[in-house]
This record gives sequence, structure tokens and C-alpha cells, in this order.
Amino acid sequence: MSQDIQTNAQIQIELREPEQNRNAFQRFLRRFSGNSLALIAFIVLMVIIAVSIFAPYIAPYDPAKSDIVHRLQPPSLAAPAKGGFPHILGTDQQGRDVLSRLIYGGRVSMSVAFAVVAVAGAIGTVIGLISGYFGGWVDLVFMRLVDIQSSFPGLLVALTFVMVLGPGQRNLTIALLIVGWMIHARMARSQVLTARESTMVESSRAIGCSMPRILFGHILPNVISPLITTYVLEMAHMIEAEANMSFLGYGIQPPASSWGLMIGEGRQYITNAWWLVVFPGLIIGITVLCLNLVGNWVREEFDPLQKGRH
Amino acid sequence: MKRYILMRLLYTVVVILGVSILVFVITHVIGNPVNTMLPLQATDAERAALKHQLGLDKPLMVQLSEFLGGMFRLDFGKSWWQQVPALGIVLHKIPATLQLVATALVIAVVVAIPLGIIAAYKPGTLLDRILTTTSLIGICLPPFWVGLMFVLFFAVKLGWFYTSGYGTIRHLILPALTLSVVPMGHLAQIVRFSMAEQLNAQYSITARAKGASDFAVLFAHALKNAATSIVTMGGMDLGRLLAGETAAVEVVFGWPGFGTLIVDTIGRQDFPLLQAEVFLVAVIICFINLAVDISYGYFDPRIRY
Amino acid sequence: MTNAEDIIIVKNLIKHFPVRGGLMGKPTSWVHAVDDVSFTIKKGQTLGLVGESGCGKTTVGRLVLNLIKPTGGEVYFENKNIYDKKQCSEKEFRKCAQIIFQDAFSSFDIRKNVESIVGEPLVVHGLAGGKELKERVAELLRTVGLKPEIAREYPHTLSSGQKQCVGIARSLALKPKFIVGDEPISALDVSVRAQVLNLMRDLQEKFNLTYLFISHDIRVVQYLSNYIAVMYVGKMVEMAPTEEIFAHRLHPYTEALLTAVPIEDPRLRRPREILQGEVPSPVDPPPGCRFYPRCHYAMKRCKEEDPQLVEKAPGHFAACFADFHSSERII
Repeated sequence: MSQDIQTNAQIQIELREPEQNRNAFQRFLRRFSGNSLALIAFIVLMVIIAVSIFAPYIAPYDPAKSDIVHRLQPPSLAAPAKGGFPHILGTDQQGRDVLSRLIYGGRVSMSVAFAVVAVAGAIGTVIGLISGYFGGWVDLVFMRLVDIQSSFPGLLVALTFVMVLGPGQRNLTIALLIVGWMIHARMARSQVLTARESTMVESSRAIGCSMPRILFGHILPNVISPLITTYVLEMAHMIEAEANMSFLGYGIQPPASSWGLMIGEGRQYITNAWWLVVFPGLIIGITVLCLNLVGNWVREEFDPLQKGRH
Repeated sequence: MKRYILMRLLYTVVVILGVSILVFVITHVIGNPVNTMLPLQATDAERAALKHQLGLDKPLMVQLSEFLGGMFRLDFGKSWWQQVPALGIVLHKIPATLQLVATALVIAVVVAIPLGIIAAYKPGTLLDRILTTTSLIGICLPPFWVGLMFVLFFAVKLGWFYTSGYGTIRHLILPALTLSVVPMGHLAQIVRFSMAEQLNAQYSITARAKGASDFAVLFAHALKNAATSIVTMGGMDLGRLLAGETAAVEVVFGWPGFGTLIVDTIGRQDFPLLQAEVFLVAVIICFINLAVDISYGYFDPRIRY
Repeated sequence: MTNAEDIIIVKNLIKHFPVRGGLMGKPTSWVHAVDDVSFTIKKGQTLGLVGESGCGKTTVGRLVLNLIKPTGGEVYFENKNIYDKKQCSEKEFRKCAQIIFQDAFSSFDIRKNVESIVGEPLVVHGLAGGKELKERVAELLRTVGLKPEIAREYPHTLSSGQKQCVGIARSLALKPKFIVGDEPISALDVSVRAQVLNLMRDLQEKFNLTYLFISHDIRVVQYLSNYIAVMYVGKMVEMAPTEEIFAHRLHPYTEALLTAVPIEDPRLRRPREILQGEVPSPVDPPPGCRFYPRCHYAMKRCKEEDPQLVEKAPGHFAACFADFHSSERII
């Protein structure tokens, strides 16, 4: 802080350069300065999400249409003999276009992960905020639940639920939801525990703010960046979990497709059709990697306590 | 210390009981294994008979108390699928997985710790950046896919190892290598991070200033202080792997271990077997956590129980 | 002075904080942060509360504002018990009693600009909105000597003096009658301190405010206070009108505090009381005077019995068995 005081009556302020006048997008891009890797990851992620959303307009083939004559065609840029778009990533054991299946499979993988993180994130965050703010027996019960869960791997819980509910996209989502909400609750709780003791909260109470106003108006916006980091990293985690479960045959069921299921189905042809396994795995890896890079970037960039102070 | 361990053990019992009851209630309230066990055309009488035979027609509280009574004698009942005591099957499968996980962790530690230290020693260099990026990529790739890639390259293309099976070292290397990738990434990152932190700490600077060699600063001071976070991470990975996360990789390599057993159990809706597995997983994880906690006291003399 | 109305009456205030340990989180011991503290403040006057850090003075401030619940004792604001919801609704009390924090910046929601920080009390109590809110905020900023344009700024762009002034403006928004200043100038640069003190004095005259001024520095307190109260490890050891306490201090701890104050004239050398020994822990303190281990005048009795705060001279209270007078010494 440069000059501290001028006159008794008027304390001068320097107006900052008109940062506010830049448009939102420019300001957003500036956030990436010095971290080009995160920017690339962000763009790749946006492309993958866009392709998943607009799959019907982008996929060159119907992902379910089999063509036994042209089965297990290797990747090729040449147009197939029957005409039409080249099978860039080859065809599978039923002659279906791998690229199209990858695009539609991504749709399923992304929507499972997104649904889980959205619902689990919302439920977990609210529970964690309330539990952390009030403490007491609610918090005690919650902490014991978390302890039990942490001594128990998510995969086994998810498998148990799929076993009793039956496989499929909906039940897989439910199973992952049950596994996934606690980490958000835990995260929100730990953030609130720190924020609860802050002068900011005391000041809000001193002027007479209501509990919801303090919790959702002041605490939540200030702890949102670690929470968003958790959402992004959990999204990656859920994509991996979905792939794992589908690969084992307890997730997405054919004829629907997801990246994990494609690897599971292509596995037996691996010796003569490597492309069935290599591409879905690569795209899982790329998506998860990008989510991790973006998540870490959010953590470093948007922490108000790190940025605000000089 | 004794008191602390005793309290922890007591707590462990509570956690194991809680988890077991939770799984029991979930499976018995929502689940309906009879439909999977009988063919589609089975009559209602046949279904009812099987239900009676499995004891599923009794009130839930009776079933639960019978289950808990058995659990205290470590008797989870006979596996519905194999008709032998469930715990025996599980214990029989553990050594294969233990062998795999132990090998994987040894590989991970041997590779990751030196690399992490090198990266921390010269932070910001090209080598450091390559190592941190590679370890992140390693964590992000699905292990079962990595396993398939290893099969494709080392087994199919080069023919060095068997694609699947169990018994010799040529069977063991590929699945162990596959499973080591994620812990390797985790460990490399945590070693790199905490060592860099320790090397920047005041005491390291003091040690250097008084003329200690780089080697002494790295190994005598920084590594010991970074050890708690390394052990925590290693313990978490060990717990995860022993608790069934090996399933997909075991399936890829046809490894007859605990993971494969879990996958089969789920497919066959074998409740007693599942309960035995859940019990064992909870025990393993609780004891790993306890061991990790106790090790803190060794690495960090400030911690007393 | 005597006919002024008592606006704040504090009676036997006690606050013990649990020290948690063990597996089930049962308290294993208690921190006696505030032990049997009583005082009154008259309308339009200032009570200065002095003591070293950790003596419980901040806790007293929080208790008087009902920001934390006491273990025992009562606080009356305008003859209404503030801990009794029937007598004094929390929302109404918040309008009357406010706080100025030591570190204003950390008391702000740094994602909000100055306007919403200063205007929030008005919004919360539904007192102003829209254009009126803007005008009220501008007026408040002018009152504390800031330019209204500052309203669009964010806290981290302000200087430390400006931050504290914004904090004061926020406290004034509800037109309170009583303000607790919790070390309001301790975190400020020396150059700004006098200015903020002057501002606080001006505001007191303008709005007939009552202050509880908390500080570790008796010299700072002296400037604003009509009365001064000295605390030591959770207990009040001396309380008297400002001139009286400087002239006739009756407690050895007060003496140590006063002789620690530097004086401008180097020719006026005076013996300094340097305190020996450690501050006793407020965790489950032993019986006896808490100042006993560090006291030059300690007697056998001090170790066994806790001296009570008694009126030794008219309006002058002290908690000490020794009947010593060091009034001959001049600061």
C-alpha cells in the first residue's frame, strides 16, 4: 500500500486501471496467463464436451449400425469401398464405426460423471456447510459416517449397489452418487470450520446477518474455489470410476456404449484389432488429464485469500 | 501409546461392525438374489423354496442377529455359489493379490522416490517438468487400459511375457508393473512436492550454511521430514489396492486373486461371500491406517500418543 | 458526570472455554478467559479496557456484544438483559451495539466492494435499498472522512487507514448508541493512528456514542477514556477514572503497565518496573492472586486467597491486599 494518508478529512484513493471495463471473456483469458498448459487443457475439455453434446450432428455414422462385411477394419483415411466417410479410427467386431461410437460413448461417460458430480456436489456441499457451521451432534454423526466411508473403498460400495439394483446407466449413476457425495461434504465442512472462526463471519454476525445469509452469502462465495476444484477433480474421478465399472460389465450395458465398455468389449480382439482398445483408453486418459490440469489451475488461480492480499 | 492403540482397535471394531451391518441391510433389503440364481422359467414354488433354503424368508432382524452372531465367530456362512465357508474362499484368494500388490508397490517405491528427489533437487528444470508431467499422466490413465497396452506391446508384440495366467515371474511382471503406475505417479508427486518444501525450509538452509553436503541435507534431513507424507500416500495406495481396486487389472491378466473374486461375487450375488470380503477389506484398511499413524511417531518425534 | 445514565452494566461476567481432548471430544480442562468481571459505562462516555494479549479483554468485548455466550453473569444494555431474548431481541440489539475490529480488512467479505460492505447492515435490517442505499453509503463514507467515490473500490485496493475508516463506516451504518472498539488502531501504521483516534473522538461527540475501547496500550486508551479498567489473566485488577488511575494507581500490575510507557523527556528518568516470571496459564488457574508469581509486593496471603475488587477510594476499585500507594512517583 503506497501512500497511507493525505489529509485528515479526505483520504485519497488511486483509481485502478479500468480492469472492470474489459469484457468478461478477456478477463477470463487473462486468468490463464502464465499457464498455457491449463488453457490448452481447458480448450480440449470444451471440445470434448461440445462434441458429446452435439454428437448426433458430428458423428459420421450411426454408432449402433452394424456392418458385418466391413468388420474389424483398421483405421484408414481412405473412403471405404462402399462409399461414405472414411472410418478414421476403424470399425469394431460388428462393423460399427469406432469414431462414432467414441463420440456417443463420450456422451454417456460425460453425462454419468456430470450427473454424479452435480447432484453429489450439491447435496454434499449443503450437508457439509450446515454440519460444519453448526457442529454439535449433527456434525458428530456426520464425521463418524465419513470415518466409516474412508475405511471402505468406493469401488466395493458402488459394486454392492449395482449388484442389488442391477447394472445400467441409471443405477450406475445412483451407485456412484452414494459413493461420491461424502468427499464434497467433507471438503465443504473443512472449509466452513476455518471460515466460521474468521473475523468476516464475526463481523457479519455483529451487524445482524441471518444464518443463511452468512452461510450462503458470505462463507460459500469465499470458499467456492476449493469446492470447484473438488468438483472438477471428482468429475475426473467419476469418469475413471464409470470406465472401471463398465469395463467390468457392471456399468453401462450394451447396446449403449461408453468409453469403458468399449475397452471391455474390444479386449478379446486386442491381438488383431488394437484400435478397439487404444482409442477409448486414450480419450479417457486425455479427458481425465485435462480435468486434473484445469482443477489444479482453479485451485491456484481463484483462491481469494491467495489473490486478494498484497 | 498403548492406550492410544487400544482405543484405536476399539474404534476399528466399531467401524467394521458399522460397515458390515450397512452392507448387510443394503443387500437384504434391496437385493433379490433368487432371481439371478434360478432360471427365468422357475416357478414361484421353486423360488420360495430357494428363499427358504437360503434363510431369506426370515424377518430381517432375525437374519441380522444370526449374521452378527456368526460374525463374532468369524463365520460368515457358506458361499451360496461354492458351498464352502465364505471366509475360507476369501483368505485363499488373498495371497495372490498380496503378491501382486507387494511387487507393484516395491516397483513404485524404487522408481518414484529417487525420481521425486531428483526433481525436487533441481526444481523448474526440464527434467523436473518432464517428471511431474509424466507422473500426472500416469495417474490419469485407467490402469486396466495400461495393462492392455502392456499386453499388446510386451506380450503380443515382443513376446517377453505371458498375456495372462498365474504362477511364474513371467506371469507376475506385467500385472505388477501395471498396478505400480498409479502409486508411482502419486509417490513421485508427493516426494517431489514435500522434498521441495523441506529443502526450502529454514533448517535445510541452515544445514547447507553450516557446510553439510547436498547428499546429507537430502537424505539425513529432508527425506526424514518428508517421510510422513510419503508414508501417508503409500498407505492410502496400499489400502486401495488391497481393497479390490485391483479387480479390473486382475481380470485383464486372468489373475486368480481377490479382485477377480469380488467381480465374480457381484455377478453371482453371493451375499455371504460379499460379507466376508467386506469384513476383510475393512480389517485390512483399518490396520493399514493404524500402522501409518504409528509410523508418524517414529518419523516425527513431536507426535505423541 | 454522576447524573449520566448507565447504558452498559456488566455483572459478574464469566467465560470459560473448554479445552477439548480425548476420543469423544469431552472437555479435559477449561480456559478461564473471563472470571467475574463487572463494570458500568455511562452514556456518551468511554471505558478503556487494558491488559496484555490473552488477558481476556477481547472476550469481554465479544461477550458484551452477545457475539459469544457467557458461562455466567449478565450484561444489561439500557437496563435490558441482552442474553434474555424476551427482554432484548437480538436483531434490535445489533442495531444499537456495534464493533470496530482490529483488522478491518479481515472483517470484510473481500469479494464485495466498499458500497456493499458499508451498506450491508442497512440491507440486512431492511432499512434502505436502491438509490437511497447509495446515498446513505455515500453519507457514511463522508462522515468517516472518505470520498464517496471509494464505494466502487474493493477492499484490497485500499490503504490500511482507509480500510479502518470503511470498517468504522460499516459500524456506524445502523446509528448505534454503543460501540466496542477492539484494538481499533493497533494494526494501523503509526502515521494513521492519531487520525483514526481523532475520528473516533469526533464521532463520539457528534453522535453521543458510548465506547468500550479495548487496547493493550494504556497510552492509547488514555486519550479517549473517561474510565480505565485493567485486566490480568481474566480478572479485573483495577478500575478508576482516567486521571485518578494515572495519579494514584493501586495495583502493582497497573504500575508495571504505566512505567512501561515511554516518556518524551529523557531528563525525567524514572525507575521502571520490569516484570519477572511468566504469565500464568489461564487453563484451570490455581487459587490465589493471579499476579502473585510476578508481584514485587507479594505476601503469603496472596498465594492462598484471591483478592476481590473493592472500592479503595471513591470511584477507584482495585483487587490487591497490599495497601501500597505509589502516587508519589510521577510519570
